[in-house]
Amino acid sequence: MSVSPGPRRRILLFAPLGIAAAAGAGFLVMLRGLSSGAYNPKGVPSALLGKPVPEFDLAALAGADRPGLTAAMLRDLDQPLLVNFFASWCVPCLIEHPQLMRLATDGVPIMGIAYKDKPTEALGFLRKHGTPYQRIGVDLPGRVGIEWGLYGVPETYLIDRHGLIRWRYAGPLTEDVVKADVAPLLRRYA
Amino acid sequence: MIAELGHFALALALALSIAQSFVGLLGARWADARLMGATGPLAAGILIATGGAFACLIWSFVTNDTTVANVVMNSHSAKPLLYKVSGSWGSHEGSMVLWVLILALCGGAVAAFGQGLPSVLHARVQAVLALVGVGFLAFILATSNPFDRVWPPAPDGQGLNPILQDPGLAFHPPLLYLGYVGFAVTFAFAVAALLEGRVDAAWGRWVRPWALAAWSFLTLGIALGSWWAYYELGWGGYWFWDPVENASLLPWLAGCALLHSAVVVEKRDALKTWTVFLALLAFGLSLLGTFLVRSGVLTSVHAFANDPARGVFILGLLGCYIGGGFALFAWRAAAMVPTGIFAPLSREGALVLNNLLLCSLAAVVLAGTLYPMFADLLLGEKISVGAPFFNTATLPLVVPLVLAMAVGPLLPWKRATLWPALLRLWWVALAGVGGYFGCLAIAGARLGPALGFAAACWLIAGAGADISDRLALFSRPRAAWARAKGLPRAAWGAAIAHAGLGVMILGLAGMGLATDRLVLLHPGESAELAGNTYTLRRIEDVNGANFTARQAIIEVSRQGQPRVVLAPQKRNFPLARMTTSEAAIHTTWLADLYAVLGEEREGGAVLRLHHNPLAPWIWLGAAIMALGSALSLSDRRMRISAPVRKLAKEAVRA
Amino acid sequence: MWRCILLLSLLLLAATAKAAVSDPADMLRDQAQEERARVLGRELRCMVCQNQSIEDSDADLARDLRRIVREQVATGRTDREIMSYLHDRYGDFVLLRPPIRLTTLVLWAMPVIALGLGATLIMVARRRSGAAAIPPPLSAAERARLAELEQDAQ
Repeated sequence: MSVSPGPRRRILLFAPLGIAAAAGAGFLVMLRGLSSGAYNPKGVPSALLGKPVPEFDLAALAGADRPGLTAAMLRDLDQPLLVNFFASWCVPCLIEHPQLMRLATDGVPIMGIAYKDKPTEALGFLRKHGTPYQRIGVDLPGRVGIEWGLYGVPETYLIDRHGLIRWRYAGPLTEDVVKADVAPLLRRYA
Repeated sequence: MIAELGHFALALALALSIAQSFVGLLGARWADARLMGATGPLAAGILIATGGAFACLIWSFVTNDTTVANVVMNSHSAKPLLYKVSGSWGSHEGSMVLWVLILALCGGAVAAFGQGLPSVLHARVQAVLALVGVGFLAFILATSNPFDRVWPPAPDGQGLNPILQDPGLAFHPPLLYLGYVGFAVTFAFAVAALLEGRVDAAWGRWVRPWALAAWSFLTLGIALGSWWAYYELGWGGYWFWDPVENASLLPWLAGCALLHSAVVVEKRDALKTWTVFLALLAFGLSLLGTFLVRSGVLTSVHAFANDPARGVFILGLLGCYIGGGFALFAWRAAAMVPTGIFAPLSREGALVLNNLLLCSLAAVVLAGTLYPMFADLLLGEKISVGAPFFNTATLPLVVPLVLAMAVGPLLPWKRATLWPALLRLWWVALAGVGGYFGCLAIAGARLGPALGFAAACWLIAGAGADISDRLALFSRPRAAWARAKGLPRAAWGAAIAHAGLGVMILGLAGMGLATDRLVLLHPGESAELAGNTYTLRRIEDVNGANFTARQAIIEVSRQGQPRVVLAPQKRNFPLARMTTSEAAIHTTWLADLYAVLGEEREGGAVLRLHHNPLAPWIWLGAAIMALGSALSLSDRRMRISAPVRKLAKEAVRA
Repeated sequence: MWRCILLLSLLLLAATAKAAVSDPADMLRDQAQEERARVLGRELRCMVCQNQSIEDSDADLARDLRRIVREQVATGRTDREIMSYLHDRYGDFVLLRPPIRLTTLVLWAMPVIALGLGATLIMVARRRSGAAAIPPPLSAAERARLAELEQDAQ
């Protein structure tokens, strides 16, 4: 005895295939995105994008010959600038350091915040590798980092002229990132 | 030389698998007895070739052959022998070889134990298994060759992560893979049935042992992984709803539904479409897990090194097997007509409910696991789906499942009335209520654990009710012993497995009552936890095989009576430049006493002390489930097929 | 480049994850408050870990976030205020329980969707295969006959 399947049953039987195919297409796009960098399962966008810089007041780094950093100094700017969280114990920070030096010599204002770093060690790091920062704040307990939504070092934030956070990059800045993201954004918010 | 032999063996296995696919499918299509008879020897050949390749890999690890890239990445001369061997399957490449080895083992097992299968079905099953093998062997040879050489040879290996040198972790992958790959057999059966256009009661009987075997191994594998996390990670956690953990839970849920659904096909010739679908789904979910772990779309502690190129290959394999399976399903499933009819309220109905709840659970877990990825892809949103979501979302499905688990076995086939079954469960319900109030009495107003206790008592007593019902223990006690001796092992197995789940829930509920303390103790000082006094005697240096450690000696006493000495350690591995923390666990039937050594300060040490009531029962319950399942497997009804055997032999002789 | 971060974070994680057990001084004196802080902590994701809550992780960031949660509990903030504080700074990603929104509706409704879909399929299948036609229950006379036969069989 054979029951010829109605059209509704046919559709139901095709459903698993349909769902699997859709999921497969999604996975393929993800894989393509992984290689191209468009899909990044580890990156988290900042929750503060488009919002003003959080309130903070950090003392200067003794011996670094640079003033301290407060939130007030990041409002009403002449041009967009970068805020870079770094630490002497952080290896990627060392890797990105030449990029920061290059940006600084190109005239990009960069503010540094030493995150959970003993002042003497942070100072030693900068003396050894150069200081790209116009101002440096010391955040030894790391609380200011949390105010910014920081979850690791290095992280770099782009602040526009009105003191709003426009971009956050978690990880060491590379030449590609500078070319692809930082430079265009600096131009855009100039 | 050995590595080249291994490489050749893999290529040989690929060639034989290709041959097997053709031989099996064509033999079945043309009903050619000689071709069909050749599938057995070919399966043996594939097994020997794959086994040989695996042996070569292990040999390379054991002799620490640093000209083999895989050995350099994942091993070290200072590793103990056991971990050298287990390191061979610890990497992506090595684990894939283990995967295909188990697949070949399955093929061999089907050839050995499938004597009673009709030749056509057997040939098709072998062909499908070989087809799966072709894909994965091609994957290994093309992208993940474990036998790649490196020249000049490295001075020594780099793989000395002490966290991975653990017996639990060594055996976790093989058990898991036996489960994952075991479902390839049920997949093959389903595809063969679809190709033939026929699913009958006999098919249900043949599929069930394979589903049971795969499911048991998966249960053990998951439990072992969970237990390892518990004793190794140092804070008593044992399940994190990590995406890769979920990837192992999904085939477990589908496999559980499958082995129940197959019962209905066998006994009542119904639920055919659903059972075939579940067989396809279980293996499909296994493959999905393989993809998620190895492709890089997931971030997880379990994920192997990401390589999107490999991911695309695996996605292609998934497309072939899952896509092909579901396409075949869509095209041919309509031909399967059930003859068994049953009322909604009946044992079949209960099993349909079981299917529905397990599949819904799988859908929820799948959604939660894939959601962050797809939300990121489609909506650009980054969300987290963690334990709070899974716990909340699965609870409303687990509760009816637990309730039905005790009622279902008591319902007769075809048509039942609910009330008599419920009446017979009066003492089971009492046990549940007793468990609830018992927990409240002992531990105070903790609703969650109390419900867990109630559920556990309900299940365990329900299993008892199932057996006592079959033995008519209370209604006709005199012949009960005779009936017990005659009761098929599958009945005992089912009851034991259901009780095992109850035991596990008991453990989970007990862990819900866990307490802990974090203290800084100096030698001589004590801390109290759950009626036990923990006194730190001293902190000393000890040396191990490849580590030095700081060890705290903690004397535990209860009401003045010394109980046990715990010795948690902080180990330093100079070669690997890592420190690990070894918790000290004292396991009793009632609880685990768990101590972890933290940092040392001001002459004292930070200690984290845990009291985990009923923790061991979690894994004991899983072991009982696997035991029940194994008992069912040993039922002789699973192996009887004498009449068909004669026919098969005659067919080959002709 | 990403591999660098990945590798480094894994290394850092591996190094720290098995190290400190965290500080007794961080714990709150009041048992009820400490418990409340833990419950909240279990809802917050450790941003540098894989799917773990801040209570389950030994990473530095987790420790900092635990301290913040406890400080705020001690000063009497409500649960919602504490969660908002962290949500404002870290976004949806820090919440282990996805917020219920239009975009997460499918996720949260999945138990209902799955059950509903499944139940519908079952009912449709039953109606189609005509499985609703079950033989009627035995009459009294038939039952008596059945009892007779059973007795004979014994």
